[in-house]
Amino acid sequence: MTERILPVEAAIAPEQGERIFVASQWQLMWWRFRKHRLAMIGAVAIIIFYLAVIGADFISYSDPEVTEANFSQMPPQPVRLFDGGAFRPHVLGVKGARDPNTFKRVFQTDPNVKIPLRFFARGYKYEFLGIIPTDRHLIGVDEGRAEETIFLLGTDTLGRDLWSRLMAGTRVSLTIGLVSVALSLFLGVLFGGLSGLYGGAVDTVIQRLIEILRSIPTIPLWMGLAAGLPRNWTVLQVYFAITIIISLVGWTELARVVRGRFLALREEDFVMAAELSGCSQWRIIFRHLVPSFMSHIIAATTLALPVMIISETSLSFLGLGIRPPAISWGVLLQDAQSLQSVALSPWLLIPAIPVIAVILAFNFVGDGLRDAADPYGV
Amino acid sequence: MSGGDKQPLLQVKNLRKLFPIRKGLLRRKIGLVRAVDDVSFHVEEGEALSLVGESGCGKTTTARCVLRAIKPTSGEILFRTEEDTVIDVSGLSRRELRPLRSQMQMIFQDPVSSLNPRMTLFDIIGEPLQVNGMRDRQQRIDRVEELLRLVGLPPEYLQRFPHAFSGGQRQRIGIARALALNPRLVVADEPVSALDVSVQAQILNLMLELQQQFGLTYLFVAHDLSVVKHFSDRVAVMYVGQIVEMAPSETLFNAPGHPYTEALLSAVPQPDPRLRSRRAALQGDVADPANPPSGCYFHPRCRYAVDICRVEPPKLEELDKDHFVSCHRAHELTLEGVMVGTRAERQPIAGAVSQVSSKA
Repeated sequence: MTERILPVEAAIAPEQGERIFVASQWQLMWWRFRKHRLAMIGAVAIIIFYLAVIGADFISYSDPEVTEANFSQMPPQPVRLFDGGAFRPHVLGVKGARDPNTFKRVFQTDPNVKIPLRFFARGYKYEFLGIIPTDRHLIGVDEGRAEETIFLLGTDTLGRDLWSRLMAGTRVSLTIGLVSVALSLFLGVLFGGLSGLYGGAVDTVIQRLIEILRSIPTIPLWMGLAAGLPRNWTVLQVYFAITIIISLVGWTELARVVRGRFLALREEDFVMAAELSGCSQWRIIFRHLVPSFMSHIIAATTLALPVMIISETSLSFLGLGIRPPAISWGVLLQDAQSLQSVALSPWLLIPAIPVIAVILAFNFVGDGLRDAADPYGV
Repeated sequence: MSGGDKQPLLQVKNLRKLFPIRKGLLRRKIGLVRAVDDVSFHVEEGEALSLVGESGCGKTTTARCVLRAIKPTSGEILFRTEEDTVIDVSGLSRRELRPLRSQMQMIFQDPVSSLNPRMTLFDIIGEPLQVNGMRDRQQRIDRVEELLRLVGLPPEYLQRFPHAFSGGQRQRIGIARALALNPRLVVADEPVSALDVSVQAQILNLMLELQQQFGLTYLFVAHDLSVVKHFSDRVAVMYVGQIVEMAPSETLFNAPGHPYTEALLSAVPQPDPRLRSRRAALQGDVADPANPPSGCYFHPRCRYAVDICRVEPPKLEELDKDHFVSCHRAHELTLEGVMVGTRAERQPIAGAVSQVSSKA
């Protein structure tokens, strides 16, 4: 056998670029995604948010349901890290009183009372990850003395700790988005796939259905559906009903993406080549088509998530979604509905910050994923 | 119907492919595109037949019908299988076609789109083997390596993805995939038109070498006559879904019988200015296959057209032996061809592609 070297092959140095030549699509996508700085920041933010979801009880220090009448509408307490030069994190004691002239509730800090913060302190009992019973929390104060409490983000009108309520709300709001998007994804891939695969009458019916669904104004639609939920349903039942209501509209976008990819890919020569080599329909779908649009689906899903989260927050804010005593971001923001409460206790608006942060983070990541989704495009 | 040795490997009879034009909400049928309209030809075992014509003339549709990538509207596609039985593949279902797939394969035009970018070379070339019953992985690796060597790529490239390769190399990968199952008929749909001219010659030479080595039969679709003359034994010229002339290469290039062929030939760049003739450049556009002109489809662009051409469609008739022309004036016209080197020059150009390794 004669050794042959063609000009085209000689042009490629043997070692250089070898890493790229054998890189799979996921590696190529990762390399491209990594270059998208905002997306990387967003990804880190999302990971932190979901860690908070997992450890919500651990990070909070008081039961989000427990009311403290003496400490209602208390402003956030700043944490002081040093005491007399030594690292001794503490908050100052606070005494509540009523202004005799305005009847406004006022809180006075007492610089002599120093309430030390303890790490891995004992607090209320909970089950970590729903299985391990424990009462350890990331921070806390010594138990026993009733007046020694901390409220990092202040309290609401009933004297419930806002920080702990925010953690509980984060858990509900962020998981409700995931569950809805999973449901949307299932519906979207199913109907989009059917539409793209069979075409013809099936396609026409599904596409018209999507157009009708998308033309209904969402807020009245959700209001109507949410109003239909029985009042006596448990928190969990309402939770799942809301996910279904939200994903009812959400799947249409994903279905269009899937259908579009199906139609585009069916025209690709490599699909015909697979068919001509005798591949079965199933093999073509799962070996050629699905891997080709998987990355696009992931990107579209990431971009759909913030919409779901916003939907839940808006619904709950309007009193149509999650209802108290369940806690979600929307429920927390409900407390800030009146001008009076915003004027008197502006910290009640704090739950809007994680909403904005998480939506931005998801959008950045979605953008990054969308750019990276097709590493072969020019 | 069964045949002996005389039966051609592929015989296409009265092939038709009509595409409906649909419009509106209810997708009503408002017209028909006659992409392939009554086409008949045959390909003998071991020969290369070229289908040439302008874009939109139905040559690719014909090729895809033959491979049953699409279902023809009517007509017969008779394929002689390995067992020497003749099967009409035009009406077979997906399931019935699968055992026949291994005997006819395709080389694609676009070297980018024809390879799944998400699969390694091993997966791409090995897929036909796998789905046709070669389950053993090591066996597949050996065969893929052998195929890579055959098309002139180092077998170490097995784990690379298509993005590691240039257009010409990708086309070699496509050829390796087509050859994986030892097909008897290879349909090549403009295999070199997306490549640089220098690479075109390499790929054509490779295909000729492989033809010699394995006795392959080619149905070669092209629009570039200079490529065709290097490659084929016989040429069929298509215009608006019909074959207007079919002849052995030499005859067609030296003494074309149809004005359309003459016009195509005059468009081939001629390097020697002394041999350049007046150019019979084509006027106007290709006729619309949804609404073809009356009589001979070519008459609006034909400079020899007479009254009968506008009224009566001509039939494909044998002018000389093996030389079929569809023109009312075929006998009276003397058309100009080009001087071409023929069969003798069809040997691979030494050096462009070095020896093909033969595994005994």
